Amino acid sequence: MFSGFMVNTWIVASVVAVLAGLVGFFVVLRGAAFAAHAVPNGSIAGAASAGLLGISVLAGLAVFSLLGAIAIAVLATRDRHDIAVALTLVLMLAVGALLLSFSSGYAPATYSLLFGEILGVSRAELGPTVGLALASLAVLAVLYRPLLLSSVLPEVSEARGIAALRIDLCFLVCVALVTTMTVPVVGTTLIFSLMVGPPGAARSLTKSPAAALVLSVMIALATVWLAIAAAYDLDLPVGFLVGVLAACAYAGGRGWATLRRGRAAVARA
Amino acid sequence: MSAVARAIVEPGFFENGPVQIALAVSAVVSLVVSALGVITVIRGQAFAGHSLADIGAAGGSGALLVGVGPLWGFFLLALAGAGAMELVGADRRRSRDLATGIVLGAGLGLAALFLYLDSRLANASGATSTILFGSIFAISSATIPVVIAVGAAALTLIAAIYRPLLLSSLSRDLAAARGVRVRLVGGLYLAALAAAVALSCLATGAILSTALLIGPAAGALRLTRRPGMAVIVSAAIAIASSCVGVLLAYDSYYWPPAGHGWPASFFIVVLTVLAYLAASAFASRTRRAA
Repeated sequence: MFSGFMVNTWIVASVVAVLAGLVGFFVVLRGAAFAAHAVPNGSIAGAASAGLLGISVLAGLAVFSLLGAIAIAVLATRDRHDIAVALTLVLMLAVGALLLSFSSGYAPATYSLLFGEILGVSRAELGPTVGLALASLAVLAVLYRPLLLSSVLPEVSEARGIAALRIDLCFLVCVALVTTMTVPVVGTTLIFSLMVGPPGAARSLTKSPAAALVLSVMIALATVWLAIAAAYDLDLPVGFLVGVLAACAYAGGRGWATLRRGRAAVARA
Repeated sequence: MSAVARAIVEPGFFENGPVQIALAVSAVVSLVVSALGVITVIRGQAFAGHSLADIGAAGGSGALLVGVGPLWGFFLLALAGAGAMELVGADRRRSRDLATGIVLGAGLGLAALFLYLDSRLANASGATSTILFGSIFAISSATIPVVIAVGAAALTLIAAIYRPLLLSSLSRDLAAARGVRVRLVGGLYLAALAAAVALSCLATGAILSTALLIGPAAGALRLTRRPGMAVIVSAAIAIASSCVGVLLAYDSYYWPPAGHGWPASFFIVVLTVLAYLAASAFASRTRRAA
């Protein structure tokens, strides 16, 4: 399980989990689960075109997820956010469907693009992935305070002169960066699970933002590690395990919080 | 004139059996889905609509495993997904986004498992693209009555609860004060949405069905504020886009790369998005003129 090619998988998966946990905290705070689902899911067009044009999958994903992020942010200035996301998503998916039909034939490749493949991480991808991760960490560190403010108190943030469009765009670019590096492991369809389940669980466990961030990263790491180990041992698709485990983490977090609140009520009585 | 018509409508278009079925199915589906889409857009539940379709993909791929028609799988799982969202609190505005996301993640996980098993056990390795991206020319004529029945049921349900549904979509508090059982109405709406989305999955594939649900309705609501009128405009846009989409897909067989048709769902999505952008541009121009 830890030999040779699997080491690459463990490294990339851990990097992805840390970033998904961090970015996901803001996804949950901003109520942006739909956008976090749409940017990675739509970027499948990038992976498909990479295959056709003979460029690297990483580059294809980067370009398309950034295009998606920009399209959502721009469309959202004219109409409601969820409509902007929905239309951007279907347009990108349609292009993806078209390109995939051109590159025809090899169905398993489509599948692993969508739902992940733990044996698909090559040594050459390791460097760019870690580089991208460091870049997104830097962006997040710079954005931390304005992002937090505009997520929790959008009016105050506007009043302080933080432009909503610019913040929204920066946030979506962070989502796009996480998307770019994730495909070989979790797949475009289920990376968003990691950006929703663990932070959702963390938020129901603690009120403090810093503690929730740390907790979110820890739960995301545990989810990914467990999913990879189980996928390797039981020969199951890793996307399935990540999706279900992330939902379980959230259910567990909610259950624990309810239990604790119940106990506190009893103690008070 | 006839030469132009021949260039647009490739010979044999209207005599072709699969094309006739595709046209019939896409027209019925467009009507039902776009009408429900108007309420979905008013309620701000585009994410829920999209999620139900994605969760439906798990049903469609599961149905292949057991050997029943994918429509039933789409419908059953979408219905289960609607129930789960209702249960986790997708109805309350604050937690709705997160609850929808969690249910969607679990549903997509299941889809991943079933599609994997399809290719392993049922020997259907093309299932991934059929279920997710649709294959409207592969629908059998026996499906048409079922499509019409399910569509009619969904529309009847919505017509029956139309006024309380509209009121609770516009203002939840006002509806509750007037004695509307907001939760029940919301649940019934989600059930009708599940049926519509299942139909849409059949026509354009699970992950593209959101285009027919949201695109025409959002465009129509830019053009008119009246919900009844919006339903009519939305249905017109949807039917036109999907029928022209089928036509273009048929024509595209002669486009490059040779001997390989472009997917119908691609055209349908692009046309609905273009219709939305045109409606949006038109609306902002008339507003500026006024």
